[in-house]
Amino acid sequence: MSTEGTNTAAREPDILGPIRTETMTLNMGPQHPSTHGVLRVLLELEGESVVGCKPEIGYLHTGIEKNMEVKTYNKALPMTDRMDYLAPMSNNLGYVLAVEKLLDMEVPRRCKYLRVLLAEMTRIQSHLVWLGTHALDLGAMTVFLYCFREREAIIKIFEKVSGVRMMTSYFRVGGVAREPYAEFYDDCRRFLDAFPEKMDDYEELLTDNPIFLRRTESVCAISAEKAIALGVTGPLLRASGVDYDIRKKEPYSGYEEFDFEVPLGSAGDVYDRYCVRIAEMRQAHRIAMQALDGMPEGPLQADNPKVVPPPKEQLAHDMEALIHHFKIFTEGYHVPAGEVYQVIESPRGELGYYIISDGSPSPYKVKVRAPSFSNLFALPEMVKGGMFGDVVAALGSVDIVLGEIDR
Amino acid sequence: MLSEVIQGMWVTIKHSLRSRETVQYPEVKEEMPVGYRGLHKLLLWEDGLERCVGCKLCSAACPVDCIYVESAENDPGNPTSKGERYASIYEINELRCIFCGYCEEACPVGAVVLGNQYEFCEDDRDKFIYEKGDLLVGSMEEVPELKARYSEQKLLKYV
Repeated sequence: MSTEGTNTAAREPDILGPIRTETMTLNMGPQHPSTHGVLRVLLELEGESVVGCKPEIGYLHTGIEKNMEVKTYNKALPMTDRMDYLAPMSNNLGYVLAVEKLLDMEVPRRCKYLRVLLAEMTRIQSHLVWLGTHALDLGAMTVFLYCFREREAIIKIFEKVSGVRMMTSYFRVGGVAREPYAEFYDDCRRFLDAFPEKMDDYEELLTDNPIFLRRTESVCAISAEKAIALGVTGPLLRASGVDYDIRKKEPYSGYEEFDFEVPLGSAGDVYDRYCVRIAEMRQAHRIAMQALDGMPEGPLQADNPKVVPPPKEQLAHDMEALIHHFKIFTEGYHVPAGEVYQVIESPRGELGYYIISDGSPSPYKVKVRAPSFSNLFALPEMVKGGMFGDVVAALGSVDIVLGEIDR
Repeated sequence: MLSEVIQGMWVTIKHSLRSRETVQYPEVKEEMPVGYRGLHKLLLWEDGLERCVGCKLCSAACPVDCIYVESAENDPGNPTSKGERYASIYEINELRCIFCGYCEEACPVGAVVLGNQYEFCEDDRDKFIYEKGDLLVGSMEEVPELKARYSEQKLLKYV
């Protein structure tokens, strides 16, 4: 591990004046509470100020992309949950949209609305985890407990609708895994009705809190140009003032039908990222409400018996359905040869699935453009020249999920 | 500065007076919802015959290949299942399983389902390969949580 070269990095702010000492290399992680996973950050320190920073990844490598090549399209789907485990529905959505694009398949409008509803609930849930842990990193314990309480309410809905709390695998190619349970919409409404008040509570605890402000304001800022150059996306990019949201720029899954705003920051510091994410949660709430109110009637699954398994009760008397059922679960379905890149706005940024199909039932190659991966490598840019204690604030504000970075 | 701190304290006090969300696990256990994806169960018909007909579709659908099935012909005089064949060996490696529920979705006779049990332990890794004896439960009439699930999912009753 060479850290040479960072010694000559610009030494700003020059708090030491003419006094120069040897720089010290400090390992932050791979086991460190503020890295939220197994990430090692090599810090080059001169006294209290950071002159170099190098994130080391790969501790959580699971070979998901390669593994997908030997599985059929359906079997590869549960692995997408396990990349960004805080936003499983978003990952499912990106993958199924990409495969649907390859298959040139349209899902019913109700399915699109249900997906939007759940994807926005996922965004709220993911941002809640971020808010809680970020505040905890900066010393605010109470918010963490409140955030996890609300998150639990969403997770409970996920558990009821899909059967599992986190690894939902609920969105499927051509629809969803199963019809939502009877009280699903009531549960969602109950949660969403109560949520704005909870948001006010978090804001009362943090937004004007002088201690929180001192830790975040004009800390670890990144300019819009640098953010774009580094491929930063999501709330991080928008905090720097760039109006780039996939839901607006390249609408998918019927997002063009929803009315919402894209919150923007200006300074691009840790505080702006906080404000953008808080505003995003409110917007996500707004979209979810619209999806709930405008939930259309009609079928949930696409009408394509070669891809979507038939309802179980049909198997008893319909020979054709039985044949399709067996074909789907043994051989899978053939996807036309070609390549596709589908992006979605995951809670962390631009999540892209690049899939090459050679016409067989399993993908030839899957490449995931993970937002955390690109965002993490803006960290050196953010912390260089700053104080050592601010690295924790910067790392928390990036909102990384290591499962997604290492894949 | 003091006003913001007092404002924050007020939120905390307000919340401390509300009802608690904490569940005193393991003394208190939350009920799992219908359709929870927990430990597998193999079901019987009401007359005691096995539902599984040894078609191996669960094994084919499994993304992690944790199910092993060997099937054999039924003895016409003393059948084990209602089909022509039955599963002579049915093993699930519960350490490998990711509880995605694909086996349940694939099963055309509703033999394998994911039950409500989420806490199970053994003192040896080998013992996590659950065999038929570990997985078989009575007919759905005897298992209330599965009964609720059945009526909801409308699994078929054929063969």
